Amino acid sequence: MSEAGAAVLEVKDLKTVFETGLGAVHAVNSVSFDLMPGELLGVVGESGSGKSVTMMSLIGLLGSTSAIVDGAHVNFDGKDLLKVSEDELRAVRGAGIGFVFQDPMTSLNPVFTVGFQLMEPLRNHMGLSKSAARMRAAELLDLVGIADATRRLSDYPHQFSGGMRQRVMIAMALACDPKVLIADEPTTALDVTIQAQILELMKELRNKIGMAIIWITHDLGVIAGIADRVMVMYGGQIVEQAPVNELFQNPQHPYTRALLKTVPNIRGGRAERLRVIEGQPPIMFSSPRQCTYHTRCTHAFERCLKFDPDRLKIGEGHDVACFWDPVTGEPRDE
Amino acid sequence: MNEAPSAPLVRVRGLKMHFPVHAGLLRRHVGDIKAVDDISLDVNESETLGLVGESGCGKSTAGRAVLRLYDITDGSITIDGTDISNIDQDKLRHLRPKMQMIFQDPQASLNPRMTVAGIVGEPLVEHMSLSKNERLDRIYELMDAVGLARSFANRYPHEFSGGQRQRIGIARALALHPKFIVCDEPIAALDVSIQAQVVNLLEDLQERFGLTYLFISHDLSMVRHIADRVAVMYLGKIVELAPRDELYATPLHPYTQALLSAVPEPDPVRESQRKHIILTGDVPSPANAPVGCNFCTRCPKAEDICRQIDPEFREVAPGHFTACHFVTDTTRKTAGSTAGNEANT
Ligand SMILES: Nc1ncnc2c1ncn2[C@@H]1O[C@H](COP(=O)(O)OP(=O)(O)OP(=O)(O)O)[C@@H](O)[C@H]1O
Ligand SMILES: Nc1ncnc2c1ncn2[C@@H]1O[C@H](COP(=O)(O)OP(=O)(O)OP(=O)(O)O)[C@@H](O)[C@H]1O
Ligand code: SF4
Ligand SMILES: [Mg+2]
Ligand SMILES: [Mg+2]
Repeated sequence: MSEAGAAVLEVKDLKTVFETGLGAVHAVNSVSFDLMPGELLGVVGESGSGKSVTMMSLIGLLGSTSAIVDGAHVNFDGKDLLKVSEDELRAVRGAGIGFVFQDPMTSLNPVFTVGFQLMEPLRNHMGLSKSAARMRAAELLDLVGIADATRRLSDYPHQFSGGMRQRVMIAMALACDPKVLIADEPTTALDVTIQAQILELMKELRNKIGMAIIWITHDLGVIAGIADRVMVMYGGQIVEQAPVNELFQNPQHPYTRALLKTVPNIRGGRAERLRVIEGQPPIMFSSPRQCTYHTRCTHAFERCLKFDPDRLKIGEGHDVACFWDPVTGEPRDE
Repeated sequence: MNEAPSAPLVRVRGLKMHFPVHAGLLRRHVGDIKAVDDISLDVNESETLGLVGESGCGKSTAGRAVLRLYDITDGSITIDGTDISNIDQDKLRHLRPKMQMIFQDPQASLNPRMTVAGIVGEPLVEHMSLSKNERLDRIYELMDAVGLARSFANRYPHEFSGGQRQRIGIARALALHPKFIVCDEPIAALDVSIQAQVVNLLEDLQERFGLTYLFISHDLSMVRHIADRVAVMYLGKIVELAPRDELYATPLHPYTQALLSAVPEPDPVRESQRKHIILTGDVPSPANAPVGCNFCTRCPKAEDICRQIDPEFREVAPGHFTACHFVTDTTRKTAGSTAGNEANT
């Protein structure tokens, strides 16, 4: 990972609000981050914390919904993706930024064969002939560990297992050698052996073509094994960000600390009951004016209810949005 | 076979689910995808049987077939004393409240035009006569149980995050107080804290109502937590089945051993020091399974016999079944069968 140099993707102050029957839902609240070439950025966080919506917002994938996306900028490849036309965005999604959706069935069309869906971007964006696209499509399926790839090109999505559909999605996202791959829970349906194979493939692609990767996952084991840097989201905000070892060894935010304690382990003793983080995640009917975690936080004090904490740099590449200091066990200086 | 002390709630023998493969212009039938190929297992009342194995090995198909969401190719399924192997959909409908499924793909299983209250309440409308208020109370109760805010009741599925949608599916499956639930990757889409909440919830419900689960998952740490016994599938067959602690402490089948060694550690330092058994070799397709043992193309221990003879699934220690030529039998020949090692009876 190159320290200096320009980011491939630079997101500044991204905000997404949904208009719903019950009022506005503030799903993403001023999210800013940079992604370096060849970097593997892990994103973790509570269900509903805005991970998917953040990523979909920044490449214009919320188009037809009631979403309002706003922000300072999303710079990619010399363009501000918040300002370009729908056509340009489509071109970026076709070739510049590959996206693996959390729910494979939303983006695989049930009436077309998997082969057709894999070949389409290869023909449209890479200009391959039909037979070349077919060969490349089979190669891609093989790469993600699907046996008998050539024959399976003529199968429909429902004929694939859940995990195979996920791998088809990964193959589709990789088809045009993107500069950035955004993978939203891409391996939730995969067993560990195939997951390991996919992770190896990712590392290889990043080394070979310098692809940068954003990997959203709930699996802290995967994060530990693959990420360079980790972002933790809560209530539509980034509450902590750190290099991977630092995050696991020196977690600062109370949410991160609680999260790391909830993981069941395969090798240690077996707990009778799994630990949970008590309480419910917030429903964001307004943009945050307090710490969004305060209702569940065991350290909350008055300041947390009056102000929304900014991200504070506390170490090399490590920042946290919290008023409490786990080192001293006291509030941070104002 | 000796009589078990109490009959299992679910008894599956020699279950096969094959999907035809058609090819060519005339779409001729050229073969079969043997997604589930001769599996036998019991699930005892109030127990959780974990079902693990790699992607595409046939777990979902097995789970669906056991609930007769398919017309099965062969074999028998008995649930709570009723043989459902071949009964028609009409009769099945009356049995549905007893047996439910939580689906792997929440998006595909929730009607996008119905609100959450509609989705969760649908089975109540169909199978129970409740007043409107009673129904709403029950819907709220279910939403509380899975940790969905009541104020979400009138929202549509697309307005939820992936994990929230999965919980809608769970609430729906619980609506009719089923006895037996096939949980197909019920927690894969959830963050660890909510995974823990849902698993704790499933355990509470099991304790309160004596529920029985077939818990399909690829998350071996979670299965270790929730399951009483664990079955490991590979390419349409069960290769090992054992009580939980025994399976994790002394896995006997080379595939189970590889699988357990591949579980990542939630710690970057330990993770980088961990030793994996890396499987090499071709992953075969269920349309074209290898001769001999299904695992022979990737097994680090395979020898000639493995490429010729399909190993028998047999009990090698009390309650511990496996299908590998190189595992030695430590049981007396009279040992009772609880997992069903006799196929097609
Ligand atoms: N179309 C929509 N209309 C209204 N609210 C929405 C819509 N899409 C998402 N939301 C809300 O925005 C919030 C963030 O959702 P998002 O899908 O980004 O969560 P997530 O972090 O990806 O969660 P998960 O881990 O469960 O996938 C959630 O509270 C969700 O209910
Ligand atoms: N309707 C169908 N038609 C043809 N083949 C099918 C059908 N459903 C499943 N299959 C095939 O059967 C095999 C087993 O699929 P299944 O969905 O049971 O796997 P799984 O173990 O649940 O995998 P995953 O962990 O990825 O969900 C796969 O090869 C799949 O492609
Ligand atoms: S800011 Fe306050 S409430 Fe929020 S996480 Fe820190 S201590 Fe807890
Ligand atoms: Mg998501
Ligand atoms: Mg499945």
